[in-house]
Amino acid sequence: MTNISATHHEHEHDHHHDHGPAKGLLRWVFTTNHKDIGTLYLWFSFAMFLFAGTLAMLIRAELFKPGEQLVNPEFFNQLTTLHGLIMVFGAVMPAFVGLANWLIPMMIGAPDMALPRLNNWSFWILPIAFSILISTLLMEGSAPNFGWTFYAPLSTEFGPPSTDFFIFSVHMMGISSIMGAINVIATILNLRAPGMTMMKMPIFCWSWLITAFLLIAVMPVLAGAVTMMLTDRHFGTSFFNAAGGGDPVMFQHVFWFFGHPEVYIMILPAFGIISQILPTFTRKPLFGYASMVYAISSIAFLSFIVWAHHMFTTGMPLAGELFFMYATMLIAVPTGVKVFNWIATMFRGAMSFETPMLFTLAFIFLFTMGGFSGLMLAIVPADFQYQDTYFVVAHFHYVLVPGAIFSIMAAAYYWLPKWTGHMYDETLGKTHFWLSFISVNVTFFPMHFLGLAGMPRRIPDYALQFADFNQIVSIGGFMFGASQLLFLYIVIKTIRGGEKATDRVWENAEGLEWTLSSPPPYHSFQTPPPIK
Amino acid sequence: MTQLTSNNKRVKKQLFIMLAIVLGMFGFCYALVPLYNVFCQVTGLNGKTSNKAQLAIAKVDKSRVVTVELLATLNNSLPNHAGEFAAQTKKFTIHPGEYINTSYWVKNLKNQPMVVQAIPSVSPGLAARHIKKVECFCFQHQPLEAQQGKEMPLVFTVDPALPTTVKTITLAYTLFDVTQK
Repeated sequence: MTNISATHHEHEHDHHHDHGPAKGLLRWVFTTNHKDIGTLYLWFSFAMFLFAGTLAMLIRAELFKPGEQLVNPEFFNQLTTLHGLIMVFGAVMPAFVGLANWLIPMMIGAPDMALPRLNNWSFWILPIAFSILISTLLMEGSAPNFGWTFYAPLSTEFGPPSTDFFIFSVHMMGISSIMGAINVIATILNLRAPGMTMMKMPIFCWSWLITAFLLIAVMPVLAGAVTMMLTDRHFGTSFFNAAGGGDPVMFQHVFWFFGHPEVYIMILPAFGIISQILPTFTRKPLFGYASMVYAISSIAFLSFIVWAHHMFTTGMPLAGELFFMYATMLIAVPTGVKVFNWIATMFRGAMSFETPMLFTLAFIFLFTMGGFSGLMLAIVPADFQYQDTYFVVAHFHYVLVPGAIFSIMAAAYYWLPKWTGHMYDETLGKTHFWLSFISVNVTFFPMHFLGLAGMPRRIPDYALQFADFNQIVSIGGFMFGASQLLFLYIVIKTIRGGEKATDRVWENAEGLEWTLSSPPPYHSFQTPPPIK
Repeated sequence: MTQLTSNNKRVKKQLFIMLAIVLGMFGFCYALVPLYNVFCQVTGLNGKTSNKAQLAIAKVDKSRVVTVELLATLNNSLPNHAGEFAAQTKKFTIHPGEYINTSYWVKNLKNQPMVVQAIPSVSPGLAARHIKKVECFCFQHQPLEAQQGKEMPLVFTVDPALPTTVKTITLAYTLFDVTQK
């Protein structure tokens, strides 16, 4: 891979090294090319986003009016469970891995990822894992119906037979993520162009390096938790069964020891994307690069010592509650550093408002709001009140939808001209942004009020006084869902044609990926580029 | 080419380290189980009482009284028609340090023998380590013949070291069917 002679330019080079993609559909099955695999990841994630989004539409249709409307309560529980699982493991995480595949080699001046065959394998496990998970909907009994957090004993003693399929699909998702993470680390540590020191690396690569370490540290814990579930269900162990001396509360500890770093796995790459896009459209370098790197690292470290803030109502001693409360609030400090750095980057910048920038600004504003409701939830006595209400639903949807998902959309608009060689339709892009921005707030903002008024989460029916707000939420939800079809149309339209994009695409875009042609050659940097 | 081979060695070493982290964290997940149990024993969390007989306490705190409620529940593994389980006396008011000598009634309503095990739980959870049992049927498995009923003894006290804020302690036993199938 790296033994390409420096004197040959790729266009003059003869056939045996820089062949283009193979012909036919099997190209996608056997490919070891980082761009092909990145594309596969992104399309897969978008398909899962639409599927899990459809489940969310069913949830909102059921909740449009009080009483049983469309689905029975048993099926409603399966909807919430699969919506959560697929969005987390099938939509958000693979989208970030897809972006990492496409961008990291181009950003650090490498020809490809360090471990291309592993890369192929880590992608192709995913469709199999999700076929298994989704097929549970058609199984006798029921699909998994215990929420995406699958607390024991609901998922062990009382889980439907399909739970075992769920367990194996989680194992496979875990293996896929771990392999993807190993590949990212190996690429960043070994394939940087000569002269690109760690502290000269684009911040997106930094955020992904740290995310990858989080992944290899916590995905095995999740695998361990589901393995314990499996042996509890079938092999007579009692990890979570009180009759055999086990403890169901311990499940929550193990789960959230994975689960809290997991939420940062879903947001750190988003921080990287935002820090990458903002300097381009403010025409200023990123404010406080080094402090951004340290902030990401400290958020990652803190994520390991705050897990029990998900469990304040399980009967912890006061000292434990205080520790987890203060540790959680401490995370606001590095997060605040990042938000203030972004604001300082914008300060006196020559800003322009193309679609990626609009999504970026919406991210900064709305993610911060989600962060604030997170701080409210960190306060122990307040959490006792908010626990398991729609306030929690509002909080994590604010950090995941206008947070993680908006950052992915910003990234898609920002790099799509580079990937395809065509500019997207700016008018349609802006329409998509405004539709999404308005509908996302109509959907999730009233959920705060519902939660504060006491509406519990994960229920198919509710008391009459919640009807008005639920109707607003549902209308917003349908709007948001429909707007994403416009996104699909825009992406397909851009791939098929459009105004030719220049190599640099944006006026002030900095970074190695913009020195390549648009679309970039099949193998990015055959010879390492010079680093200033 | 020499650079490539040294690079390959480096990648292999990194891969080895990363796989070690993955396996280590998988092991750590299992290590959490004993760690958690030790942690709960030391801090008295989770409302679990010790499953060994405690030394008798000589001192009685006459200055205050504590109400102790005894509950009995059948676990799902034991449907209602399969067994009876109840405390002989449901409520005591004692001075901390005074011994309660009571029993639970259990009966197997099935036509085959079974083995049951009672698991205690104390609320508030933080009072758990102040419950000192001299004798408890929960210390061991209880074999029952078909249709057999029996009184199971329970002797315990509340440690005078119990925080004064606690006025009522609930000691709940859940009966599980642990017959080997």
